[in-house]
Amino acid sequence: MSAASLRARIPVRRRRRASVNDARMPPRELFSVAAQGLRTRRLRAALSALGIAIGIGVMVAVVGVSASSQANLIALIDSLGTNLLTVTPGQTFLGANEVLPDTAVGTIRHMPAVLRASAVYQVSSATVLRTPHVPSGQTGGIAVDAADPGLLATLGGQLASGQFLSSASEGFPTVVLGAQAASTLQISSAQGHIQLFLGGTWFNVIGIMKPVVLDPNLDNTALIGLPVAERMFQTAPHPSEIYVRANVNQVKQVSNLLAPTADPQNPDGVQVSRPSDALEARAAAKGQFTTLLLGLGAVALLVGAIGIANIMVISVLERRTEIGLRRALGAKRSHISTQFLAESALLAAFGGVAGLALGAAATWAYALAQREPTVVPAYALIAAPAAGLVIGALAGVYPASKASRLSPTEALRAT
Amino acid sequence: MNGEHEQIAERPDHDGLTGAAAALSPPSVVPPTRQPAADPPRPGAEPDVALALSEVSKEYPGGILALRAVSVEVRIGEQVAVVGPSGSGKTTLLTVLGTLERPTSGSVVVAGRDVVGLTDGELAGLRAHEIGFVFQGFHLQESMTALDNVANGMLYTGSPARERRRAARAALERVGLAHRVTHRPTELSGGERQRVAIARAIAKRPLIILADEPTGNLDSTSGREVIALLHELAAEGATLTLITHDAAISERFPRHIQMRDGEVVGDERA
Repeated sequence: MSAASLRARIPVRRRRRASVNDARMPPRELFSVAAQGLRTRRLRAALSALGIAIGIGVMVAVVGVSASSQANLIALIDSLGTNLLTVTPGQTFLGANEVLPDTAVGTIRHMPAVLRASAVYQVSSATVLRTPHVPSGQTGGIAVDAADPGLLATLGGQLASGQFLSSASEGFPTVVLGAQAASTLQISSAQGHIQLFLGGTWFNVIGIMKPVVLDPNLDNTALIGLPVAERMFQTAPHPSEIYVRANVNQVKQVSNLLAPTADPQNPDGVQVSRPSDALEARAAAKGQFTTLLLGLGAVALLVGAIGIANIMVISVLERRTEIGLRRALGAKRSHISTQFLAESALLAAFGGVAGLALGAAATWAYALAQREPTVVPAYALIAAPAAGLVIGALAGVYPASKASRLSPTEALRAT
Repeated sequence: MNGEHEQIAERPDHDGLTGAAAALSPPSVVPPTRQPAADPPRPGAEPDVALALSEVSKEYPGGILALRAVSVEVRIGEQVAVVGPSGSGKTTLLTVLGTLERPTSGSVVVAGRDVVGLTDGELAGLRAHEIGFVFQGFHLQESMTALDNVANGMLYTGSPARERRRAARAALERVGLAHRVTHRPTELSGGERQRVAIARAIAKRPLIILADEPTGNLDSTSGREVIALLHELAAEGATLTLITHDAAISERFPRHIQMRDGEVVGDERA
């Protein structure tokens, strides 16, 4: 007789536990069970989700507003062009100012990849006053520069009123004001016969510029023609700044060649810079989240999470009968805890979605007011509900474990 | 008899149980678990024993002794009324029989399994598959239709939703509420609500039905109907243990267990 058949005839003596079919809930039911729990207490669910909604709303709005301003700056840079370069005299290593040769503008204009070049010249001896009765020291910080008629086009600037200097007017005592200078002098329009007392003579105001984004220094400047400056104020034709528009694809090469072209004798005395770099840096800075406001949002989230935990604890106490019933119907402790965890997570996820909507609406309203494009970062669409889900699950841990430890006899005791 | 029950009657007798118990074998989606004979024979646990308590005591915190060395055995298919004044330990007896509470001492066998050593999950499984509870307070969820209430009674059996709804519909038909399937509990009379609760208890075809004062919240007419229905359903194969303090109800049971002060003071078979 083989060992196997022998073994078959001997009754197995080991104590065998009868197999018990474990209680199981189809996993897909979890969502509907949790949703059912929330549906029966709509108002309470909505109020407790509000805390999460506000917290996430604040964060989305902070991120959205900074992204919108950033997008606005980038759009501005794009419209102004990144191909503007400026040439200024540098300093000697003893600290004295260098001087650009008077031929600099002409030679730069002849460079192959240069589209336009215009210069301004410092008119150091002149001040601008509203009337001769104003004490000569009170200039409001307004500088007087001479400019060539192509400057506005080179800068991509616009006029708020009137017209810019032209070859016809640059020989006469006419002046164009920067936006800031005009407002300091309380001149809102170049219409009519408005005169300024400039360097001891009356000058006609013929135009007011809009703010020059690429060079805000010009906003507080009064611009006159170079011929009139040379004639009346003995201004030397050495440019204090030259603005250069280069071919978009050759900005780098032009930038490298500008210094030797402007002053072949002393290229080290020439400074070349690109104003759009500064704007791009500003845009990047705006993209950094406002840490303080984000912290505020985080506090709101924390308060919201505590609110949810609180409500869930109350809910567990109120629903002892339901919990007892579920246990009687065969729910394991883990089924009960999972149910309450899922309810809490679902509740907060709704809060997250609502917060996303709130934050997006706030961003839209802000952007509308600031005339900026509305930008809500794409990751917020996922992150907001996901953050709610995680926060809700964390807030639900304690109530869920409390629910699972309730005595299952509740349903029998309650009548 | 409707088609549902004829179908069950035709079911082959797999598990060695006789007659009525076989008729109660679970729907096809639930694997046959009723294998009391699979356990090695133990004293006090005969194959056809549905419930067996042996020397069971239950002490609550504070030293309250709700059950004192209770020994009771209920065979498959039996119908038992547990009677006694309030505070006599009837409900505690039911919670121990229903595996909702563990005894402080003694052994409990439910559906052929010694439950004292089982885990929480195994006890829950036993309740999900083998025990149907009927409560005095119905415990229906008011936001759900009768059908969903009954279907939810099988939530923890692991059956898919469609199967649960099918069984729920059949159970509601069986308790005479086919026309109330989509009604919510608030739209039903007390007797109808209790019949929905009974449908919830029987939809999964449990071996054991435990009822705690099922007529306590009902008028006498609805109460009589509910008891008649429970008798009828139990006669189809379940084991019925019912708690009542109403003598008119207990009289109609073939077996009465009388309790007083946590002890069994009488156990008569008619």
